[in-house]
Amino acid sequence: MNVETTTPSAAPQPVPAEGARPFGPAAAVLLAAGFGIFILGLLTTLAEASTGIKDGLQWNDRVGPLSGKTIIATAVFFGTWALLTAALRRSEPPWKPVVYATGGLVVLGLLMTFPTFFQAFAPD
Amino acid sequence: MELTSRETWTLIHGLILGSLFLLAFAGGLAGLYSFRTELVTAVGIRERLFRLRVGVTGMAVLAWATVITGTWVVYPWYRETIAGKSLAACGGLQAPNSKCSPKEFLLSNTSGDTSDWHEFGMEWKEHIAWMAPMLATAAALLVLYYGRNLVADRRLRMIVLVLFVGAFATAAVAGLFGALITKAAPVR
Repeated sequence: MNVETTTPSAAPQPVPAEGARPFGPAAAVLLAAGFGIFILGLLTTLAEASTGIKDGLQWNDRVGPLSGKTIIATAVFFGTWALLTAALRRSEPPWKPVVYATGGLVVLGLLMTFPTFFQAFAPD
Repeated sequence: MELTSRETWTLIHGLILGSLFLLAFAGGLAGLYSFRTELVTAVGIRERLFRLRVGVTGMAVLAWATVITGTWVVYPWYRETIAGKSLAACGGLQAPNSKCSPKEFLLSNTSGDTSDWHEFGMEWKEHIAWMAPMLATAAALLVLYYGRNLVADRRLRMIVLVLFVGAFATAAVAGLFGALITKAAPVR
């Protein structure tokens, strides 16, 4: 497939496109980023609401609960990416649901890592 | 003129890795925005694609390096518990020292109304910063994988642009609060 290009001073030139690539790998990394960010937000709010969860996330005493939150969120990101890539690499999923789901997960993650929000769950 | 080990690491984390990421954004955004058939020739696309691939991959690596050094090297010094529960050791200080960590100094309000720098600023920064590398990695993967196809596929290009801007915005919030908190309570 060739893509025609034009510039103001030159005639259209053919741009050789790479072979068509399925949307599956893009969907995999988009959803993985969404899940990673969502999990980071969820753990942040849960850690604020429960001392037990906060202590459980303290995998390193110097870093505190942030150590568990970030290691788990990073593992979810890379793990989900690997799993979804294996499942979707040759498929052509509809892009709108993927983009909307990713956007929703990112917005929820942002909300749950916003201090005014998660501090509202702190025990009195 | 000398820098302590802690100041050097703070410099590496914020001024070198973090700033490089934020500075590279403008170039990457311009490259991505103009990566379309009506604006570049075939030769231009080849040349620009190489730069774009190197640039977005470098930005993803920088983003991971920034959050890892921030969380695992600098942050433990910021949050040390050395002043005691009452924070009495912070009383009367103008800056954190070996008996009062930056977090304790801010929470003690000893030099003004500073506790919100920790309770809002640091609490937001330490979490939102970790979104930047995930979004930057997703943007980099799309550029590496789809390459020249991005020129013709406006939808994919827009997805990459949104990821790219999202990575920048989250890193910018973290960077801004990092700079302001360091000004109020430097790690030494």
